[in-house]
Formats: sequence, C-alpha cells, structure tokens
Amino acid sequence: MTEHINQKKFKSMSRRELLKLTPMVALGAFAIPQLQAPLLKAGVGFSDWASGVLFRSGHLAPTFTDAEVAPFDKFPVNDYDVDDPEIDLNNWKLTVAGSVEKPGQYTLAQIQSLPKITQNTRHVCVEGWDVIGNFGGARLSDFLKMIGSATLAPYVTVECADDYYESLDMATALHPQTLLCYEMYGKPLTREHGAPLRLQIPTKIGYKQAKYLTKFEVASELYRVGYWEDQGYSHFYGL
Amino acid sequence: MASHVVEIEDAKTGEVTQAVYEHPFIVRLCHWVNAISLFVLVGSGLQIFRAFPSFGAKIPQKDLIHWPKAFAIGGWLGGALQWHLTFMWIYIASGLLYVGYQLFSGNYKQILFVPRDVPGVWPMVRHYFFFGPKPASKEAYNPLQKHAYTSAIVLGLLSVLTGIAIWKPVQFSWLAWMMGGFHYARLWHFLIMWALIAFVFGHLVMVVLHGWSNFVSMFTGWKKDPEYRPE
Repeated sequence: MTEHINQKKFKSMSRRELLKLTPMVALGAFAIPQLQAPLLKAGVGFSDWASGVLFRSGHLAPTFTDAEVAPFDKFPVNDYDVDDPEIDLNNWKLTVAGSVEKPGQYTLAQIQSLPKITQNTRHVCVEGWDVIGNFGGARLSDFLKMIGSATLAPYVTVECADDYYESLDMATALHPQTLLCYEMYGKPLTREHGAPLRLQIPTKIGYKQAKYLTKFEVASELYRVGYWEDQGYSHFYGL
Repeated sequence: MASHVVEIEDAKTGEVTQAVYEHPFIVRLCHWVNAISLFVLVGSGLQIFRAFPSFGAKIPQKDLIHWPKAFAIGGWLGGALQWHLTFMWIYIASGLLYVGYQLFSGNYKQILFVPRDVPGVWPMVRHYFFFGPKPASKEAYNPLQKHAYTSAIVLGLLSVLTGIAIWKPVQFSWLAWMMGGFHYARLWHFLIMWALIAFVFGHLVMVVLHGWSNFVSMFTGWKKDPEYRPE
C-alpha cells in the first residue's frame, strides 16, 4: 500500500533526512587552519600507536639470498646535509650515556668484539624506493647488555656527526635484526653510508637508521624525537 | 526487497509523482565520507608519489611521470604523509561501516553483481554507448551499474590491502609477497588508484546525465520520479 502525501510533507521528510548528514560537517574541521595541524598530528599519532601494536618482537623481516642483493654502487645514498661530516675515523669513539651501568667512551674495536651478524635485508625509504643490501654489525641488544642498559627504559636515542639525531622504542632496539652496523657488503662502512657506525633496522623506515653515530643514550623520556620526526614525519614508522 | 515508496500529490495540479527511499542514512553518510577521504588520499598519494615518481630501482632513476604539485595535497612529502596516514583510517572506517551495513541490512542485493546479471550487461552497454533502446527494469540498479559498484568496492578493498603492504612490508610480509613483493605492491596501489579515478569519472558522468532528482537522492535518500518501477 503506497502512502499518499502532499508536497509539503515530502519536503519536510527530505529535510529531515538531509539533516541526518550534519555529522559530516565535523570533517570540515580539517579545512580550518587552526584545527588542521592538531587533527593531522592526532591522525599520525593514531597510526604510530597502531604501528606499535602491530610490531612483533619475534617477527623477523624477510631476508634475501646474495643473488637478490643490489650491487653496492646501486645502493642509493640519502643525506640531509653532507655526504661526509669528516669524522676522524682513527680517533672516533661512541659516547654512551643515560640509564646505563657503564657510561663512557666506546671504541669501534669494543663494538666489533660483540658477535658479528651479517644480513641481507630490505632498506625502505620514506620516499618510496627500496633496495636490498648486505649489512654487518653487532646486535644492538648485545651492545645494550655490554653497556649495562636498563632494558625497561622506553627509548634509545642517538646523535650524529652531521647533527642528525634519532630515537627508537626499546622493543625495536632489542629486536634481533637491529644492528649497530659497521660493514656493508663485507667492507667497512664508506663515508657516504655513515662511517664508522650507523643504525641498521630492517623493521624501520630509512630515516630512522641514522648514520655517523657519535652519541648513544638510553632514555626514559624524549625531549625530541628525530630530525625528520620533529618536522612532522611519523615518530614510530615501523615497517 | 520491498522499497519504501510514496506518492506525492501536487496541491494545485493534482499531479501525482512517485518517490522512492533509495539510499538509507548509513549509505549516504558512508558515500560522502568515502568521497572526501578518497579525494584526500588520491591528492596526498600523488604528492607522496612525487618524492619518487618511478617504479623499480632508485639507481638509475627513471622518472615515470612528473606529476604537477598543483594537483597534489600536503605541500611536501611529510605533509602529504600526514594527510594519508590520517584519512586512511577514515577511509577504512567508512568502508567497513558501509560493507557491514550492506551485509547486515541485506541492501547489498541491490548492487551486488551476480552471475544472473551477466546477460543484462551488453544491452546496457548498447544503450549507453551506442544509443540502443533502454532495457526495462524493475530494479534500482541495472546490471552495468551493479558491475561498476561491485568493482568499486573490490577496488576499495584492494586499495587498502596494497596500502597495508607498502606501509607494513615487514609485519605483513605475506601480503607484500602475495602482491609480488614491495615493488609490485606499490605499483598495484598506484594502478588501483587510477582504476578508482576512472570509476569516479564514469560515476560523475552518469550523475550529470541522470539529473537533479538522482543527485539529490544521495543527500535526502528520496528519489523523486525514479526511472524504474519499484515493487
């Protein structure tokens, strides 16, 4: 049985249905300049939270055969400032500070005395390119033991010779594939790849994998996150 | 499915027009939230693409397309990622709510393309593209429309899955593997975007061709004087 109504009734019915869509106006907040930045920050924050939840300590990043590794000269170099911050490689030391039992200066030889790990993993850049490389170094988790780190501290931070800086969540720092990397393709790191020591983290985006390390800290709080993060990039960016 | 139909009587002329309640509230809400989020995701996605406008190896880099900045959202890579990482959740939420509602309400039967719709596709193509006669229909959506809407939903799902494979190629390495690896996942994500843009283009052409009362129905739910005879 079809209902008969007049035009006025139809208009009021239509208006009522249209008004139901008013919650849509909330999306308009993204167009208001004062609200846009905090809303986007919340969106990225939510993505970071989801990334943290999705991260699994025991899940390994895919590894590849030697045949799948890109030739060394096809491994791209991205820097933010200089290709070579002119570190004096002979006198280089890593300054260790923060919530650790043995702070101080660590030489490359000390880091190289830890069990050496080599792995063929994928490096993914935030720009969208990726490359499979061969990396060698010490497990960051072994180094954390060496320096007597409080593993319950939530963060690890690094500072670099080119004034770059980065931070890592402890779960990622303890991941078995997270390396203090001093070798690529079986040879000591070249200057443009971060000599003498860089982070290599197959479970993180490229910009997290800082080069030219000079300072390493175990921190309970972050007063800054990272060079790119502090300009608006994702804080966690786990892969 | 019985539609909600009314007959509207013009007080002056006594003329009677039929109107059918075609789009439930949830469908309308999801439609517009999805339209806005797709717009933002395409715009910011193209800005992200500008950072490495290619597929394959970085060295030697061969830029595939120079996409103009004027047709992108976010201003720079970091800004575009903020839009993308925010609106992907809105896109997913509206998609889940829509699909969930369609399944729960049974409304999906209106638009789901099923094998018995296949014979009706060619007559509709003939009508739209070669000025053939318009096939009569008792349904709100003709076979070609069903095909388009069903495809759009499948593309939406694939856009999310390929996106997850790019965003989380380690945690969801199996997903990236299924798509042929990280490289291909990124390429699929890009191609699916263009397929969705093609759908939207066709959709907008149809909206223009079908006139005002059809357009209004996506706001009010009510379509005046429908071209089909609802049962």
